[in-house]
Amino acid sequence: MITALLLFWPALAALLVLLVKGQGAKRVAFIAALVEFAFALFAATSFVVDRTAPQFALSVPWVESAGISFSIGMDGISLLMVLLTTFLVPLIVLSSFKHDYKKPNAFYALILFMQTGLIGVFVAQDAFLFYFFWEVALIPVYFISAIWGGARRVAVTFKFFVYTIFGSFFMLAAFIYLYFQTAGTGVAAHSSDVNAFYQLALDSSTQSWIFWFLFLAFAIKMPVFPFHTWQPDTYTEAPTQATMLLSGIMLKMGIYGVLRWLLPVVPNGASQWLDVVLVLSIIGIIYGSIIAIRQRDLKRLIAYSSIAHVGLISAGIFSLTEQGLQGGVIQMLSHGINVVGLFFIIDIIFSRTKTREILNLGGITQSTPALSICFMILMLGSVALPLTNGFVGEFLLLSGVFQYNYVFGAVAGVTIILGAVYMLRMFQGVMFGTKSPETEVFADLTFNEKAVLIPLVIMVFWIGLFPNTFLDISEPAVFNLLNIIQRR
Amino acid sequence: MISIILLAGFGIINLFAGFLKSNRVLLPLALLFLAIVFGVNLFSWNDPQSYFNHMLTIDNYAVAFTGIMVLSTLLILPFSQRYVADQDENLAEYYSLLLFSLLGAIMMVGFENMIMLFLGIEILSISMYILAGSDKKKQRSNEAALKYFLMGSFFTGVLLFGIVLIYGATGSFDISTIAGTSIGAEGIENTMFILGLLLTIIGISFKISAAPFHFWTPDVYEGTPTLFTAFMSTVVKIAGVAAFYKLMNAAFASSYTTWFPTLIAITVLTLVVGNIGAAVQGSVKRMLAYSSISHAGYLLMALIAFNERSESAIFFYSLAYSVATIAAFGVLKLVTVQRDEESFATFNGLGQTNPLLAFVMTVSMCSLAGIPLTAGFFGKFFVFTSVVEDNSLIWLVVVAVLLAAVGIYYYFKVVIAMYMQPAGNYERVRVTSFASVVLIIMAAITILLGLAPAIVSDLI
Repeated sequence: MITALLLFWPALAALLVLLVKGQGAKRVAFIAALVEFAFALFAATSFVVDRTAPQFALSVPWVESAGISFSIGMDGISLLMVLLTTFLVPLIVLSSFKHDYKKPNAFYALILFMQTGLIGVFVAQDAFLFYFFWEVALIPVYFISAIWGGARRVAVTFKFFVYTIFGSFFMLAAFIYLYFQTAGTGVAAHSSDVNAFYQLALDSSTQSWIFWFLFLAFAIKMPVFPFHTWQPDTYTEAPTQATMLLSGIMLKMGIYGVLRWLLPVVPNGASQWLDVVLVLSIIGIIYGSIIAIRQRDLKRLIAYSSIAHVGLISAGIFSLTEQGLQGGVIQMLSHGINVVGLFFIIDIIFSRTKTREILNLGGITQSTPALSICFMILMLGSVALPLTNGFVGEFLLLSGVFQYNYVFGAVAGVTIILGAVYMLRMFQGVMFGTKSPETEVFADLTFNEKAVLIPLVIMVFWIGLFPNTFLDISEPAVFNLLNIIQRR
Repeated sequence: MISIILLAGFGIINLFAGFLKSNRVLLPLALLFLAIVFGVNLFSWNDPQSYFNHMLTIDNYAVAFTGIMVLSTLLILPFSQRYVADQDENLAEYYSLLLFSLLGAIMMVGFENMIMLFLGIEILSISMYILAGSDKKKQRSNEAALKYFLMGSFFTGVLLFGIVLIYGATGSFDISTIAGTSIGAEGIENTMFILGLLLTIIGISFKISAAPFHFWTPDVYEGTPTLFTAFMSTVVKIAGVAAFYKLMNAAFASSYTTWFPTLIAITVLTLVVGNIGAAVQGSVKRMLAYSSISHAGYLLMALIAFNERSESAIFFYSLAYSVATIAAFGVLKLVTVQRDEESFATFNGLGQTNPLLAFVMTVSMCSLAGIPLTAGFFGKFFVFTSVVEDNSLIWLVVVAVLLAAVGIYYYFKVVIAMYMQPAGNYERVRVTSFASVVLIIMAAITILLGLAPAIVSDLI
């Protein structure tokens, strides 16, 4: 039941927010998102860690004659993703308090509506339900980006929209094909339940093309090189809140899709293409990092760094080792937290100086101790300094890649050096040095801004110091997935 | 059967009511008639009856499609408010013609005899030829009527030729007798029969504007008054597809291997022409015309899948498509009455001036594009599932999926204009409360079917 509550509460709250006139909508949305987080915490406390089957499961027939059911539930990975989503959404809403967007009720309703889609993706236990929420999550963020975004928003977000839908149609086609290979229960001849998909025994050439159909959808969403071309522009043009939603949470949908719907469903297909995917991922790491070094716009820099980070996550997961998968899960959390924090700091800087060019900034540390500390910690988390969250994830991911192939591991390891280069260069250019005309007067964090950044900073250390809190939750589920992958 | 008699009677009553010359009376009267027909039609559910020496059968298939078509007409008519009132004197005639053509459409979905099919198509078409030219003072409308009539008559001839050849080969007009002779099955090919089959397919393909017999569609749709374009692209098309499927299923199932290559070529061509054509249009109305071609392609996909899922896939798709298309044409009409052009720019800033219209338009564009949460998604879903069931046709789904992505491009051009372009000089579009209610109903149906498709997907 709690899963259904988690799923429907944001949509319900979205309708409520729509009715609120004026800027009061942001407060209602914030409270609704906090309530949602409370639900998720409640679910986490009553979650039994060492079970592999989905918990809090609920299944009602949706299209009964076709064996499609509205089936939801959470295992460890789902729970962590739900926690990440519900933790970040209130902060994202809070981060927007200093902006007075026009038509605030629609803006916040769309954010909450998107949350339903995101939660739905993470808890769906039925292929078509998963697809359904996959698209439901996309539509609101498209509108948020295209209506409230920057000058070139219309063309850029349209490209993003068509690009991702293009990929997901392939996923739908693959799902329909897989569905017909299953054996149904009860009245229906087939079933789209996740376990029915896991029991499929397809020949390897079928698995091979199914793999690409599914991978295309997930790779575009993540995005993995060379499917990333929509990403930097969209991140740059979208309003900060949409960028946070896209990079912090939506990107994880793609990785989650790989874990839940790609590897266990077509393990043989995946193993045929592991080398290709790993090479693409590693190209993404190097390519994203090098371009990030050359960027002068802060938002674009973080966008490219995101490509690099996602490349590493994807490489680790496709190593198909326990470390790689566990690292992938924990790095999804870390990346979500860090990237949301960094985009928020960029938003703070931009709203005070009206520029995102590194060259026009500098010397901000002199007047802003609180901002500097928060920025420093989030930046170091992103660089993967030991004791921060990024270190745990990157360490596990790289050890996974090393186990797969040490040459790949060595090349992927360059990410640590390159990451430090572009992050430190950015930090140096923005925060140190002499003040520029733009940064002459620069106020430190307000209360609201601290309220956003401090929870994020706490999480950087929490995951960095006590990663087992989270790794323990996902471990049984990861083992279960690996079992399914290796069994077939 | 009663619904056919009623429609004929109501059509005539409507003609006589024409002396009132007031839309205040005529519109409610027409709506009332349609509502009665809709209700009466439902009584035949699960009560199949055969009429006129087995020339016409009203079974669940006919009832279901009649239901969609009557409902579509019911949803189209409310938009005649204001449009016709101040400029047209022949209102009653138009309503009567719509009722008559609906009658033809019902015959098309209930036929058991090729003659009945032909009569149905003719009754439907002749009314439409007149309605296409109903905006008498506009050159475009005249052009549309003439084009439609000339092309339509020609292809009617082709269809009739086909029917006659099939009669020559099988000795019967009755579709079950034709199926019984199993001429055309593998091994017993018959040139006369194959030629007849081909000509019949071409004749019906024209009616549903499947490529390469689609050339009339954009011009006719553009010139015809929007109200009747909506009727053409929903009722006429659905009657055509339903008749097509029934014909293939009941009469020519055994010659599947003969007609399959032809139809698959037509389907692929229709999908490509419809989607690519729509993507390059500058006028919303022409875009919708091409989009209706592309939807004929998706419907044909379900037809050529030719398995037990096809029927319900066609049914669901038709319903989803009709509701979304009528809503789109309805909004288009309301907007163009005031803003007097049909380019995408007409919709600029509609999200600010008329949030309701913009919302309804967005829902129907999403539905036509096949995005989840709307009925159109499940329409495509059921069509694709019926095709994938036959493993050898997966490539067709891939083609359709690629073209569906193109579809998103042109449907969202409208959405972008509404929400992301400034309104400029455009003022708020005046909408009667009745039209608003109907629009809300259509958006609600679309979303409801997108959430709970099982309500209707299992009917037939």
